Amino acid sequence: MNPATELLLSALILLGAVFTLIGSIGLARLRDFYTRLHGPTKASTLGVGSLLIASALYFSLTEPGISLHEVLVTLFLFITAPVSAHLLAKAALHLKLHSLARRPEQNNED
Amino acid sequence: MKRWLPHPILSLVLALVWLLLVNELSIGQLVLGALLGLLLPLFTRRFWPDPLCIRRPATLARFVGLVLHDIIVANFQVARLILGRPEALQPAFIVVPLALKTDIAISLLANTICLTPGTLTAELAADRSHLLIHALNAPDPASVVDEIKTRYEAPLKEIFESC
Repeated sequence: MNPATELLLSALILLGAVFTLIGSIGLARLRDFYTRLHGPTKASTLGVGSLLIASALYFSLTEPGISLHEVLVTLFLFITAPVSAHLLAKAALHLKLHSLARRPEQNNED
Repeated sequence: MKRWLPHPILSLVLALVWLLLVNELSIGQLVLGALLGLLLPLFTRRFWPDPLCIRRPATLARFVGLVLHDIIVANFQVARLILGRPEALQPAFIVVPLALKTDIAISLLANTICLTPGTLTAELAADRSHLLIHALNAPDPASVVDEIKTRYEAPLKEIFESC
């Protein structure tokens, strides 16, 4: 690998690590359950995303053939992350957890 | 045709996912992928009562690009909010009235909302008239509703509900 690719890959990995870290910091810093949900579901999509791009590039460049596993990881991640966030939020609403935002009227609670 | 291949797009996606999973392109794996794509939709037929209809591939491609772009922008915004002053955030529950009718379009909209700028889908009304979303920082809830409706809902309606 030439230095330029190495630089690009390192930048992607660092970016990924930074965003994953920020997602976790969000868990600690934000103040109610609903806002905490935002940290890991958002800030980590780009975090994991750039790590996966770096991985795909690295293995495509260093080994014969192209590596496409990472596309699948991205796909599964983007399908499952919102669903789990949605279910957690729904459960929290159902349990009437403390919320900083004004809670909506519970007119269609089942 | 309809009987043995009820969901051609699903079959194609399944075969493609299989090839990506084994990470190799050979005749054997192609046959296996095609077999999976043929059999799984047949066995899970009751899970997909409605045929999928996709119109305007150009709009679909533009929508995917838009969402990817928004995810990247959203990450920077959320990162700034998290590292800024959490006390100053104005989280809010917002009701978004739905114009979409089909299951696939509604679930895609809900997922898109979950993936993009500081918003989270919390609940879908039992009669499907609106979505309840939670915003991380929404000083102006009306503009959030407006953005979701024009940016995401309009193209989804065009793609999945024009036939």
